[in-house]
Amino acid sequence: MTVKTLEPATEPTTGVNSRKKQRSLLIEAAIVIFLAVLLLVVIPPLLTAAGQGVRINQLGRFLSLAIVALGIDLIWGYTGLLSLGHGIFFALGGYAFAMYLQLQLPAGQIPDFFSLYGVETLPWFWQPFYSFPFTLIAVVALPTIVAAALGYLVFRNRIRGVYFSILTQAALIVFFNFFNGQQKLINGTNGLKTDTATLFGQQVGNNPQIMGAFYALSVLFLVLGYAFCRWLTSGRIGRMLVAIRDDETRVRFSGYDPTWFKVFVFAISAGLAGIAGALYTVQSGIITPKSMDIAFSIEMVIWVAVGGRATLVGAILGALVVNFARTLLSEQYPAFWLFFQGALFLLVVTVLPSGFLGWFRTEGANFVRSLLGRRKQVMTYPSLEEDPEVQYERENLRD
Amino acid sequence: MSGKILEIENLTVSFDGFKAVNDLNFSMDEGELRVVIGPNGAGKTTFMDVITGKTKPTEGRVYFKGKNLRPYSEHQIARLGIGRKFQTPRVFLKLTPRENLELSCAQKKNVLGALFGQSSSAERRTVAGLLETIGLAPKADIAADLLSHGEKQRLEIGMLVAQSPDLLLVDEPVAGLTDEETEKVGDLLLALAESHSIMVIEHDMEFVRQIARTVTVLHQGSVLCEGNMDEVQNDPRVIEVYLGKQEEDGHQAA
Amino acid sequence: MTQLLESLFGGLSIGSVLLLSALGLAIVFGLMGVINMAHGELMMLGAYTTFVVQNAFKKTPLEGFYIFFALIAAFIVTALLGLLLERGVIRYLYGRPLETLLATWGVSLILQQFVRSVSWQFIAGLLIFCLLFFGAMGVLSRLANFERIRGWVIGLMLPISAAISLTISHILGQTYKLAVTNPWFGTQGVDVTAPKWLRGGLPIVKEYQLPYTRLFIIVLTVVCVLGIYWFLNKTAWGLRIRAVTQNRNMSACLGIPTATVDALTFAIGSGLAGIAGCAVSLLGSVSPNTGQSYIVDTFMVVVVGGVGKLVGSIVAASAIGVISYVVSSNALGPLVGFSESLKGLFEFFATASMAKVMVFALIVIFLQFRPAGLFPQKGRTVDA
Repeated sequence: MTVKTLEPATEPTTGVNSRKKQRSLLIEAAIVIFLAVLLLVVIPPLLTAAGQGVRINQLGRFLSLAIVALGIDLIWGYTGLLSLGHGIFFALGGYAFAMYLQLQLPAGQIPDFFSLYGVETLPWFWQPFYSFPFTLIAVVALPTIVAAALGYLVFRNRIRGVYFSILTQAALIVFFNFFNGQQKLINGTNGLKTDTATLFGQQVGNNPQIMGAFYALSVLFLVLGYAFCRWLTSGRIGRMLVAIRDDETRVRFSGYDPTWFKVFVFAISAGLAGIAGALYTVQSGIITPKSMDIAFSIEMVIWVAVGGRATLVGAILGALVVNFARTLLSEQYPAFWLFFQGALFLLVVTVLPSGFLGWFRTEGANFVRSLLGRRKQVMTYPSLEEDPEVQYERENLRD
Repeated sequence: MSGKILEIENLTVSFDGFKAVNDLNFSMDEGELRVVIGPNGAGKTTFMDVITGKTKPTEGRVYFKGKNLRPYSEHQIARLGIGRKFQTPRVFLKLTPRENLELSCAQKKNVLGALFGQSSSAERRTVAGLLETIGLAPKADIAADLLSHGEKQRLEIGMLVAQSPDLLLVDEPVAGLTDEETEKVGDLLLALAESHSIMVIEHDMEFVRQIARTVTVLHQGSVLCEGNMDEVQNDPRVIEVYLGKQEEDGHQAA
Repeated sequence: MTQLLESLFGGLSIGSVLLLSALGLAIVFGLMGVINMAHGELMMLGAYTTFVVQNAFKKTPLEGFYIFFALIAAFIVTALLGLLLERGVIRYLYGRPLETLLATWGVSLILQQFVRSVSWQFIAGLLIFCLLFFGAMGVLSRLANFERIRGWVIGLMLPISAAISLTISHILGQTYKLAVTNPWFGTQGVDVTAPKWLRGGLPIVKEYQLPYTRLFIIVLTVVCVLGIYWFLNKTAWGLRIRAVTQNRNMSACLGIPTATVDALTFAIGSGLAGIAGCAVSLLGSVSPNTGQSYIVDTFMVVVVGGVGKLVGSIVAASAIGVISYVVSSNALGPLVGFSESLKGLFEFFATASMAKVMVFALIVIFLQFRPAGLFPQKGRTVDA
């Protein structure tokens, strides 16, 4: 079964293109590494010098939240699936690591809170978390498996759009209820504290070395996460995801089964959220069911929306900017944060649907011009400057 | 070129009691170019939905190359070798024509294939050739939502061919095209018919006359008559369903 | 038998609240494909309206019947708010359901915080701001070259009006102190007390009595469902709404003012949320977070019920209500006395919050068989 092409085929001229691509990829990698080094080496001492040492910890937490934003961007920005339940995966990662930390006790002891509820033996599912390698795997694997299972059950029935969104939200509530209600298993509402635990013989909380290490880990995982998502989205699977967002029926009739692609990308983004959850938990000292609040999960979506959907950089920037705005505003005017957040939702959706980065790409140049008092550049449709046919003609006429 | 590529037996599809397709029997030879016409609501699109697995038949069976299609879902049927073009052009708007074609052309259509698969040079050549064929080579690398309607139609047909199906189902390929474009699409289909079996649903009688060899007329969910263009045009039942009951003779359809 | 009746009535009373709150949501979702995340907050506002009406009627001869006035007031307040929401935000987002979801979530955050911090000072500031900003926009929009300077006008007027209104409200706060700065409701919950004739309960069977408030809610739900049924099926506007639900483009071609239909439906849906809010205020104290605890359950009613048919929502709400009640009251526990592990399992889920876990699991299983809900719309659809 071969395709009969109707005209002699010509080898596409990819040589020049691929070299260009390689160069821009190198530049991008250089920028990312530069920024990472900046975050690792330059910013912490600067903040300490400015007497804002607390901010390092904050920055570390926000960087780990940016990892969640990457995942959300994958499923929402690229694939068009709006998950309102990523708090589940975030919390699963966080709980997994917190359980490991809680078990750093002399042999035979069990975590303090169990005695409050009269539990004397460690519940069975805590046992594996004595092992550090298991914990590391679980931080990623637990959310990934849960997401894959949930995703499979939902996607295989072609449930999508708002149905998918509200089902993920319901799942979130379910997990919240479960964790909140089970005092005897995982300390219910109070959550698990990690700052009093010890890691490698050091107390975790208030230990600059460990905190510094986790800050560095956040930067590292953000860079790795970015590189991974960048690889995914620039490959064929990235185009597949966009295709599913554009027209799922067409994808099906082209011979692909969208279900598995969606399950895959949902699981990946859950895994990213799990890593972020673990990093965040250690840096904030506690994980409680509150991280499965409805509001928190929707907020994750707005980070991506503010930065710009389907732009990975936008997701990261959005997460950092919104979270810093939140800290500053709620420190100053606690009552106004909700107003501000609500307005942010409304504005981003109505005025800036493609986010700041998207707006900057399309309108940025014109905006700068209008600020300088110049006239807007006339837009043509399709913008003539980019029309290959025009360029093609130009090149041919020149000869 | 022998044997039936598509056989449909006693097909009935009902939605809440309304029979969109009613006890329909139909068959198509391998390598045939068949045109299906019929007034609005004759069940043409539902007919295609059933073949491609989008709708499951209430009763009856569909055989493709002797295989009952009932247990297969859309993507599996597509992989078996049935390609479908929709009424309105449906291409991936945010991708470029080249990427559109590459997706359709790829051999490994699972997650792993998409993750690690690189398009082979044979695939790249096919894509480049197709771009030439459908006349989109100069616009191969701009987003498809910037293409005109006719270009999108051609792109979608190109995507169909890239799938290398044995049977092409083409739903109203010339709707909304200029005469010149219509003729181009007609030529394209005729050229494709050299190596594929094609079923075309169309309203445009000029176009039907350009490409048709055998015509099937659907009416109220079943086959009204079948034959070559002249036979069909002179069939009184066809004239009746298209033009209404005629008192006097001498009127011709189209 | 006793057990059965008890579960049935207990379930029905939960289901009626669910149905009442889901009714408006289901109609709006059926018509416009829009999930209104602020629906819960509209309920919360309905509950607060009830609280206000109750206070207004204190020590008047009509005190015992304030609830009926409260129902009407709640309906009107939330319907107007819904209208404002539709005209101001949602109509710009049709065809983008996910964005609508996010926008209405923003609205719900604003409404929550509004109820927490609303005070005379706040209201005065808000009014002045609206007056200045929209007044200026109104006046300036008559200028010929308004479109060109629009960006500048907004950029200029927004901070100016904000600054003026903030200053004035600040001055107000300084002069009158607590009289104006004291929030109306505050962050704590407020309590609505049921009228005297709704206290107590109707003895159904031994040891179980159905509280009159629950009975009142069941009756109210029945009335609302019948009212909506009548409205949709017997009135001209109902016909239009049904027409637009089924085929928006065709309806527009036939001269049905789809924009008006949208606005009307949204207003009615929001008004129903207000009535639901009025009802839930009888069940417990009302706080700014009240709405949050209802939305997810009502969404589930819509998912299970399917789009476009009232009966789907009714069946789904009753089923979810009964199952929640049965699971949370551990009514099945005694029935499986033969198996210790099964009994233990039932006990494990026998709390209100764990019942939700169970119900969700059942819903996901249900969706494996009926992905489009109980009563899906059939037919050849353009979009698969």
